[in-house]
Amino acid sequence: MSTAEVPLISAAGLTKFYGVRVGCLDVDLEAYAGEVLAVVGESGSGKSTLLSLLSTQLRPTRGSVHFRMRDALVRDLFQLEEAQRRLLSRTDWGFVHQDARLGLRMNVSAGGNVGERLMAVGWRNYASIRREARLWLARVEIDGDRIDDLPTTFSGGMRQRLQIAKNMVSAPRLIFMDEPTGGLDVSVQARLIDLMRGLVADHGLAVIIVTHDLAVARLLSHRIIVMRYGRVIETGLTDQVLDDPREPYTQLLVASDLRG
Amino acid sequence: MYVAVKGGEAAIAAAHELLARERRGDPSIPEISVEQVREQLTLAVNRVMCEASLYDPDLAAQAVLQARGDLIEAIFLLRAYRTTLPRLGYAQPVDTGAMQLRRRISATYKDLPGGQLLGPTFDYTHRLFDPGSPAPAPSEPRGRVQPVAEPTPHVTVLLDREGLIEANATADAKPVGDITRDPLAFPADRDVRLQGLARADEGFLLGLAYSTQRGYGRTHPFAGEIRMGEVEVAFTPEELGFEVPLGRITLTECEMVNQFSGSAHAPPQFTRGYGLAFGHSERKAMVMALLDRALRSQDLGQAAKTPAQDPEFVLSHCDNVQASGFVEHLKLPHYVDFQAELALLRQLRAEWLLARGATCEASEPAPDSDGEAAR
Amino acid sequence: MSTPPVYNFAYLDEQTKRTIRRAILKAIAIPGYQVPFPSREMPMPFGWGTGGVQVTASILGPNDVLKVIDQGADDTTNAVSIRHFFARTAAIATTTRTSEATIIQTRHRIPETPLKDGQILVYQVPIPEPLRFLEPRETETRQMHALADYGLMHVKLYEDIARHGHIATTYAYPVMVDQRYLMDPSPTPKFDNPKMHMSPALQLFGAGREQRIYALPPYTRVLSLDFEDHPFERTRFTAPCALCGATDAYLDEVVTDDRGGRMFVCSDTDYCERRRPARQAGDGGERGHEHR
Repeated sequence: MSTAEVPLISAAGLTKFYGVRVGCLDVDLEAYAGEVLAVVGESGSGKSTLLSLLSTQLRPTRGSVHFRMRDALVRDLFQLEEAQRRLLSRTDWGFVHQDARLGLRMNVSAGGNVGERLMAVGWRNYASIRREARLWLARVEIDGDRIDDLPTTFSGGMRQRLQIAKNMVSAPRLIFMDEPTGGLDVSVQARLIDLMRGLVADHGLAVIIVTHDLAVARLLSHRIIVMRYGRVIETGLTDQVLDDPREPYTQLLVASDLRG
Repeated sequence: MYVAVKGGEAAIAAAHELLARERRGDPSIPEISVEQVREQLTLAVNRVMCEASLYDPDLAAQAVLQARGDLIEAIFLLRAYRTTLPRLGYAQPVDTGAMQLRRRISATYKDLPGGQLLGPTFDYTHRLFDPGSPAPAPSEPRGRVQPVAEPTPHVTVLLDREGLIEANATADAKPVGDITRDPLAFPADRDVRLQGLARADEGFLLGLAYSTQRGYGRTHPFAGEIRMGEVEVAFTPEELGFEVPLGRITLTECEMVNQFSGSAHAPPQFTRGYGLAFGHSERKAMVMALLDRALRSQDLGQAAKTPAQDPEFVLSHCDNVQASGFVEHLKLPHYVDFQAELALLRQLRAEWLLARGATCEASEPAPDSDGEAAR
Repeated sequence: MSTPPVYNFAYLDEQTKRTIRRAILKAIAIPGYQVPFPSREMPMPFGWGTGGVQVTASILGPNDVLKVIDQGADDTTNAVSIRHFFARTAAIATTTRTSEATIIQTRHRIPETPLKDGQILVYQVPIPEPLRFLEPRETETRQMHALADYGLMHVKLYEDIARHGHIATTYAYPVMVDQRYLMDPSPTPKFDNPKMHMSPALQLFGAGREQRIYALPPYTRVLSLDFEDHPFERTRFTAPCALCGATDAYLDEVVTDDRGGRMFVCSDTDYCERRRPARQAGDGGERGHEHR
């Protein structure tokens, strides 16, 4: 089986309880290199919990998550050593938070933020780190003059793009995104989505994006998962599901979407 | 001609003599005795015993005197002395249910078995300076002088019978931690946290407890019970194999009844906060109970984002012997490191000025450089 | 108290000394790693050298010769106080001469006189954790050391260069020990960092309040953090010591008048004095004084 057919990440029976409350229940999914998978649903649907489980920030009550490592071996993530998981999250994965303050060091310059992953894996030449940082800032359309500025001086859209640069510098194969367009102007959102599409195409990235915004899902994702009350109620190709939803809840979601 | 500074030793000796003189104060005024401190400044003595973790009213009184009334200094003195004492072992857990009560109140019930016993309290005094203070104590006080002899059950036992409050943690196989024997490590279990809180600075805990009441990690507390009185301390020496009573100590205990929570395995119940202090030390017992509950937030599945709910923050900074030592160490000479900072600062300033075409400021000699010619 | 307490040799009881020595041995076995130990309250305040004192007390023997310095000088108040403490509780010989000491307890300086095989240097450490001011949580920094996850430290150095053109750390300059553990050398000026590398002496670090001991066995590789293109540079003074003429020693700035007059003299008083024999007569201070 070629790597294109083996999922990069997969979940089986993934379940999380918070006390009696259901976070998510029996979720199965797969994501492949070069594709964007959107997880949509309203608040409380369990989509953020799912993302936290997939990125191993939370431990599941039941179920497993498997990931295809760089050496092509598929490993059960929760059976790995903490050290291995941490290494993955610093190199092979990226995580773009809704609130950039969670994904950036706000008291460190843009250059320092982007350079951090490089320094973490042993880059010791200041000029090289800076050069690489400039390259990525340019790639995410942040003016190189801003390299020494603090993210507190950046707009919301710029902060999200800086988060992306910070993650991309280590050539990750999988990016998790949690409502990355939340709170941004529509034009800014569009720019961000364009950027992501370009990166996915250029680098063969896999992206799992959580969003309640169906328009974002439609523009960016190839496949979609619809969640409600912690359960997956519908999955399929994004266009198909959004154009011709089968489940009543999905129909309701699509119908209620103001941008149609 | 400059001669290198000498004489630190002589200076220290002179400083100690001066200290002794200041400590005595005006020699025409009678000297205070240790017994006077013990009897009439009891609450200061209690605080010192509590935070030094050593129950000895005479020694604590002596410490207060030697420290000229600076309680943190007294606590340090007594705590350092404690370190030199040989350790015999651990006492049996004291039974506060069998306490000879001199004071016992509950805010959760109007009346309850054992009643509300006000005891000796400032609570209802009017804080007015009394010109004839201290007022002579009445020889026949109206209040009850003899403590309540019969054991009075805790309020929480009443709630427990109905299953309304979480059960007290039962003794499990794990040995109780000992912060005087093991370095503090995180995450810290409740036993270690309570030990840290027991010797913690009352003021620090007071501020944090207050913050929880003002919204920084609300726990909806009610004072289930505050009791003060004497309990027996018993010890089982290995050689004897049976319990030997060592004597009685005065303790103040506070049980807070807090915000209820439930889980998949149990219906909602009130939760507990616990405080215990040497002597009559109500404020300390109360803030300890409030903090105990706040620090359990994460264990009870609640968000824990405020300083009072953060065990690492609270326990790392609550010991005033550590805190005062480090704060006051700033008085020690730091001139070597300051010199290094001065050198860097001068260099950066010179470079800054140079970059803007200005000359160096005339009065700034630059004796150091990092091998780079800055001018 | 009816009878004054009698103290064990060097104050600490033997059980405590054993516990501390075990921590020291573990520290020596894992150079640069911070070993937790149950620190005792000592008669001097936390923050005033209790860690160093506990280490010294645990290794001190009746035939040891002890030197105590603070800011490089034997006669600063805290050094005097600690030397007296050991003179009182251990009755060992003390000295101001680096070359004659078997144990040197120090705060914030490494002696200029090169140390020899068989000597032990005990450092007083306020904050043992080099990452503390970048990451306040102990649980997090412990993980970072376990995983050799030190990127954050280099980010700090990067920021310094981006902001100031130089690394802006002038003391407590972080080092890598044996290419494994990131270590804080204690607040010695970075000038002293090279002295730790491949030293014939045993170097022990005690942090009483923070409850940590760490160590550098003799001949350990200790390298100051830097970038290839911004290498670590030792501070150099452009003028020699005004008293002894030394050009390779760390100098203290002394303000001599209120018109900006100043002079620079060796911080290491023993080193300075030894270099100026002509001035020894008439100083009136302690020189190589032996106490019993």
